[in-house]
Formats: sequence, C-alpha cells, structure tokens
Amino acid sequence: MADSQIHVALAGNPNCGKTTLFNLITGANGYVGNWPGVTVEKKEAKLLSDKSVTITDLPGIYSLSPYSPEEQCSRDYLMSGEPDVVVQVIDATNLERNLYLALQVIETGLPVVAALNMADLVEKSGDKIDVKKLSDRLGCPVVMISALKNKGIDELFAQVKKSAATKGRVPEHKFDSAIEDVLTHIENLLPASVSAEKRRYYAVKLFERDEAACKLINLTKDHAERVEQLVAQCEKDCDDDAESIITGERYGVIAHIIDECLTKAPAKMSTSEKIDRVVTNRILGLPIFIVIMFAVYYIAVSTLGGTVTDFTNDQLFGTDGWFVLGQGRDAYDEAAGEYTQAQAEIAAFIDAADAKGIDVSAYNDAVDAEDGDAAADALKTIAAEPKAASVKGEVEEDEDAGTTAATVTASQAVEDLDVAEPDPADYGPFVPGITTAVHDALVAGGTEDGGLVDSLVCDGIVGGIGAIMGFVPQMFLLFVMLSFLEDCGYMARVAFIMDRIFRRFGLSGKSFIPMLVSSGCGVPGVMATKTIENEKDRRMTVMTTTFIPCGAKLPIIALLMGSIIGDSSTSASWISPLFYFLGVFAVIASGLMLKKTKLFAGRPTPFVMELPAYHFPAIRSWALHVWERCWAFIKKAGTVIFASTVVVWFLSNFGMFEGAFGYLPSMEGIPEEFMDYSVLAMLGNLVAWIFAPLGFSTWQATALTVSGLVAKENVVATAGSLLSVGDVGETDPSLWTAFAAMFPTMGACVAFGAFNLLCAPCFAAMGTIRNQMNSGKWTAIAIGYECAFAWVIGLIINQLYELIVLGQFGFWTIVAFVLLAGMLFQIFRPMPHFAWTDEDETNSSSVVNATA
Amino acid sequence: MKTLGDVKVGESSTIVKLHGEGALRRHLMDLGLIKGTSFKVVKVAPLGDPVEINVRGYELSIRKEEAAVVEVQ
Repeated sequence: MADSQIHVALAGNPNCGKTTLFNLITGANGYVGNWPGVTVEKKEAKLLSDKSVTITDLPGIYSLSPYSPEEQCSRDYLMSGEPDVVVQVIDATNLERNLYLALQVIETGLPVVAALNMADLVEKSGDKIDVKKLSDRLGCPVVMISALKNKGIDELFAQVKKSAATKGRVPEHKFDSAIEDVLTHIENLLPASVSAEKRRYYAVKLFERDEAACKLINLTKDHAERVEQLVAQCEKDCDDDAESIITGERYGVIAHIIDECLTKAPAKMSTSEKIDRVVTNRILGLPIFIVIMFAVYYIAVSTLGGTVTDFTNDQLFGTDGWFVLGQGRDAYDEAAGEYTQAQAEIAAFIDAADAKGIDVSAYNDAVDAEDGDAAADALKTIAAEPKAASVKGEVEEDEDAGTTAATVTASQAVEDLDVAEPDPADYGPFVPGITTAVHDALVAGGTEDGGLVDSLVCDGIVGGIGAIMGFVPQMFLLFVMLSFLEDCGYMARVAFIMDRIFRRFGLSGKSFIPMLVSSGCGVPGVMATKTIENEKDRRMTVMTTTFIPCGAKLPIIALLMGSIIGDSSTSASWISPLFYFLGVFAVIASGLMLKKTKLFAGRPTPFVMELPAYHFPAIRSWALHVWERCWAFIKKAGTVIFASTVVVWFLSNFGMFEGAFGYLPSMEGIPEEFMDYSVLAMLGNLVAWIFAPLGFSTWQATALTVSGLVAKENVVATAGSLLSVGDVGETDPSLWTAFAAMFPTMGACVAFGAFNLLCAPCFAAMGTIRNQMNSGKWTAIAIGYECAFAWVIGLIINQLYELIVLGQFGFWTIVAFVLLAGMLFQIFRPMPHFAWTDEDETNSSSVVNATA
Repeated sequence: MKTLGDVKVGESSTIVKLHGEGALRRHLMDLGLIKGTSFKVVKVAPLGDPVEINVRGYELSIRKEEAAVVEVQ
C-alpha cells in the first residue's frame, strides 16, 4: 500500500453482530455511502483508537455467490486490492453456518482474522470452542470477542495489525481428493499473472462456472474449454452439478472442523425458543401480533406522538406559544377564559343596544380603528344613555367559543371593560411560538408588518420548517419502537406471520410495517421500507404505501363527508372507512397490476429467511438506529420540503394585478382574495383541463391540490381562504357548502377527494421517497404512477356517476370504461410469460456476454 | 417425490436432492440445505404458510412454494 493507512474490511453473516462491532470500534461516526451502481449501503470509518486504520463495513451476506447485489459488491471490494486484511465476524453460537462464508473469504487469499463474536453467550450456554485448533484448521488467527460487552477488541486489533503486514496465504482447508485433483488441474491452467494466493480462489470460481468472477482473468479459449471438460467430467463422476459439489465440500470441511473444535453442552431449550413458542404460536401468533402493532401505532401516532406533534405545530412553531413545563398554564387559561367571556358580553350588549335604536357607530368605529381607549369611552357613553337601562344583551353558551350563558346589563358591560387581556408572560415562564417570536423580531427590526419579508420568513420559511419538524417527534417515537422490534428479532417474525397475505399482491410480509406506519404518516412509513432487503419488494412498497390515508388526510376526508352528506358526525360516519378501503384497494390493485409489468418482472421473490434468535438490542446500536433515521429525514427531506414550501409561497403570493407583477398583498387596491391574481391561479388555469374529465376544472381545485403537496392538512385551510369563508375548520358547515359549490356534481366532488387522497403525497413524503429509492428515475416512476393511478380512479368515479346518476354518456365515459377494463384485465390476467422468464434470460444473456 | 413442504410439523427428515435453478437454488445451498442435511420442521405460520425449519443449528423460514424444490426422504 502506498499510503500508511491500513484498510480493514468487516465481513460476516447478517445478524452476526457485525454492525454492533463496527459502531463500537469506530464510535459510529461512519460515512454512509452507496456502492457504485447498486443500492447497497456502504459504511466507512476510521478506527477510534488508531486513525491510521480505516474500516469498511460490508453488507451482511451468507455467501460470495454471484446472485445478489450485496454479495457481488462484497466480493468485488474484497478482490479490488484495497483491503489489507479482512475481519471475518462469526456468530460463535451458530458456528456451522457462519463458517461457510468464512471459508469463502479465506479462499480469496487475503489475510483474514476471524472474530468469534458473542463469546459471552457461548460461555453461558456451556459450549466449548477450541480456539487454538480452530485457528490451525482455518489457517488464520482466531480471536474470541463480545462486541456487545466490549471484550477482546484490543486483542483483535493487535492481531489485525500483525496480519495486515503479511501478504496473505494459500488457504489451508482441503476438499475431497478427487475434487482437489480437478482444482489443481484448473490452477495450472490459470495465467501466470494470477498471484499464488489467489489461484485457489479463481480455480474454485472456474469450477463453479461463476462467469462474473472469471471475467476478471483472461483465460485462453483452449484453457477455458479444458476447464469445462474437467468440470463436466467431475460432475458426471459425482452425479451432481458443480455448484452443489463445491457447496457440499465446504460443508464437509466445516463438519470436520466442528467435530474437532466444538464441544456442545447438552441441548436445553433456550429463552429465545421459549419466547418464540408463544409469539409465533399458530393460534396466539396473530392476536399477539395485532396487540403489539396496535400498541406501537397507538403510542406513536395517536396518543403520545400526536400530542407532541400538535405541540410542535401549534405552540413551538405556531403562534400559540407555550409555558415551560406547563407552569402557569391553568392560571393563564382561566384568565383568558374570563377575558373571552367579558368580550362576548360587551359584544352582546352592543348588539342589543343597536337593536334598541341606540347609536353604536362611535363604538364600532373605535373597534375598527383598534383604539381600545376610544372604544371604552364610547361604550361608557352608550351605557350612560337613558335608553340603555332597559338593554339586556344575551350571551349564549358555546363550548367552542368558550362562553357561558349570561344576560348583560349596561353596568355589567362597563364592568367587563376592566377585564384586561391576560399576558401569558405574567403567569409563568412563557415562551412565545417561533412564528410569533420571529414576526415580532422582524417588526421590531423595522420590517413592514405583514410585508414581503415578514410573509416570506414567517409563512414561507418558518412555516415550512415547522411543517417538517412537526413530524419529528412522532417519527422519533415510532423509530424507537420499530428499531427495538427490529433489533430484538421480532420483525423477522412479523414477516413470517404476514407473508401469506402480502405475497398475493406481489409484496412480502415485510411490507406490512410500512403500510401500518403510513396510516399515521407517510414519511416514516416510506422510511420503514428500509428493512425490506429485496429491491423489487422495497420499490413496490415505497410506491404503494402512501396510498394508505395518513393522519393529515383525515381533515380532507371530514371536509368531503361534510360536503357530500352535509353532516360529518352522525349519519355519514360510514364514508370515512370508505376512504380507508379506497387506500387499501389502491395498494392491493397496484400490487396485482405492477407485479405483472416489466418493471417488476421476475420470479416471485424467494422468501427464505433466517429467523434470528431473540436478544435485547445493544442500547448503543438501538439509539444509533433511531438517530440515523431521524437525522436522515430532517436533513434530506428537510431541504426538499424547505425549497418546495418557499416555491409554493412565491406562487401564491406573487402575481399580476392591473398590469403589474409583484407581491400581491401589498399592492394598491387589491381585494382580500388576492390569490385570484397569483401565479398559482394562472398555473391552475393552465393545467385545469387535465381535471376536466374528472369533473373539476376550476383553478381553485387545482390550487388546492398543489397546496396539498406541501402538506395535506393545507388543503382545508387553503379551501377556506380560496373560497373566502375565512379561517374555518373542516367541521364548519359554511365551508361544506362553499366547497360543494365548487364542483358541478357530487361525483366530481368525490373524484376530487379520491384524486387528492391517492395522488403524489406531500413534499416531505416525496423527499423521503427520493431518499429511499436512491434514484431519480425510480422516484419519477413512483410519483408518476401514483398521480396516474389517482387520475384514473377519479375519472372512473366521476364518469360512472355521470352515467348512472345523471345519464350522461360521452367520450370520457368510453375512456373510463376502457381504463376500468384495462385495470381489471391487468389485475386478473395470469402472470404473463415474460415475468417468469426474464430473470433466466438476463442470466443467460450475461453468460453469452461473458463467453463472447 | 416427497418435498420439504410435505414434512409435518414436529417431524424430521433428510434432504435428498435440491431441484430448481438459479438464485433460489444457490441461496438454499448457501444456507446449508444440501444433499444429506437433516432438518426438523419446527412450526407453521398462523396462516398456514410459510414454515419454520431448524437446520444446522438455526431457524429458517421458507415458503411451501419454495420448499417444493427440496426433495426429502
């Protein structure tokens, strides 16, 4: 090596404790990248105790076969010449299978140090491993360690440094003599350029007919033919294929080693087996699973996480502000309640006085001018009028407004003037909301109140960041629990239990968790797909998981319910589950359709999976797991959402008014509904034709969809301001009426709802999809598919409504039927031929390339 | 031909031959399912599929569909 750096590769089976070791020795400050060309994560970091040692964590694999991307890039790295030494991590409690990969790594001819991990567990079980003998048989140093308990690490790295200085050696272990003869023959046919310690590796690869590995050496055509003859003859003699012969030989060698080096204690039932007997029990398995998932969801999304998220959105980042540790909250609330009641009483008195014919214009003017003193004086004048003595204002009881029933006389109204608006700062350590604080600071610094800068910073930037941050607490809790379930080994059992259901629509058991999480929020839902190793399954889960209605889509559903039925609480409660079914239907239909396309072609992914023993996760790894996921979200999705919110802010606040382009709210003579003139409205008009077949072709509907991209909650708020009903919630009947009036028919209204629930998720989720797909092309495919699917469903709903209820038939009705028929065909047709043979074709084509 | 999927819960058997081809076959071999390997079917998932087997000292989950390529005694 030219530089003085020692490069150490960390290899091992999944679940052998490799990552725990990596985190321990590097302090987990690793650089996470991807192997070029494949979506396999690559971690690299310097050794904590010695900066001249660089550790590369290879993916957890079972073999160095050429079939999976993880295995390919692992062996490409091993053969690249960079690693000076390989630390082969071996789960000592499962020596037999772990040695299988170890033998292959040793065959590469690189200097290897075997780290027998989980030494503490072996000791506990009473098994005895003869380290000295194992080291002799493997032909490499062997060190007992425990990554979890931080034992044996110094010894391991002393040994690593010693081995790094060596050149590597010819592997020690020998196969059956007949096979050895053939391998020696092949070794002799190898070109002289292959160094002594690597000859064995290439001989074995040639024997296995491993094209990918053999491409690296230039074997002459004669020699290649000779090798093929030898292998074919050997296969005939052994009555088996070459791959099986080599695998059999390796396991044979391992059986010998185990016999010599391992003394097993009499088997007793482990704790892990006891736990597993209960949780994956044929009868109890499903109920236990449902309870666990419900608990996770309930804690993270509904109760604790929801509360924290509301706090972040409304108080920390919003305009409400908050009390440190809640001190003073009760006293403040009480004072605020008194103030609200007093104001309501004054208003009631003024109304009653007005009705009696008393002139109240002076008071109203003062209120409009926001002059408190003048208003108070005007009220006193009114109260002093002789007619005022008989005036009785009525305040109605209204829980939402926070008022109680009262009859207000003139003297009572004057008394109410003394009830001052409470300042929260007087009641305890109060921190204003960030939006308020930033706004105040800007105004104090001379910025125009409500002006361009104020709006950009408060509405655009702080609002945008707040929208992101609001998800963090929920995600944190969710990841704490999911990472625990994953690290302790339960997730593998979830996949075991749910696989039967999910593989019917082209997904695997592991797709369940993301779907469940997505019913809370799509962002952690998409992130949860990380545990799905298979690329096809993962991509399809990412594409479909945001169809499940998330928490932010609930207000849209409530608004739709109100608009369609006119009552969101009682008779229409069946509508809400209907939209959930729509989401589930979208997932299932998409799965069934997509798995028959070329994109997801190939044999159904095999579901052959190790069920690792249960263990309590290392706190360090667990915490790191949670941190990595939360931070990745804040950092990467944050930049995307941040930029997007600013863009949407610009689109809706800038526009053309009376021939001039500029910042709309500060323009001369602009009406309150300035959005009518915004760039958003222009763009809305431009693309509105797309939605004409769905029944809603107004720019407002388009603008609502766009605002939904920032955050789905926005749809309701934007509907309020666009339809000029002001700041009202989704439960307000005036919004229902205005909203329903936006659509020509009820069918169009439902189509709009369906489209908004199924189309591209919010920017935060799209950023996460980009992150998870790690490919611009696949992100575009995912978002494009979601939008197209949503459009088709919207079209079908609207056209069917028009046909069945209104009896209208037209061009789009035909299109809708064609698309519906197409969907049904794709869902119910048998698996097309190419989908089954594609994989074999790729394999055979690579064979052709290799031999050409 | 009796396959791994036909072995009842709680019963043990020995692998005779691995059929099929490509990635799945190699993956099964790499996991230690080769000619002469004995295994025990530990349990079946609540919905009837996949099954869990104990082989070479660890637990493996395999779908009945994939278990069909494993010929057993």
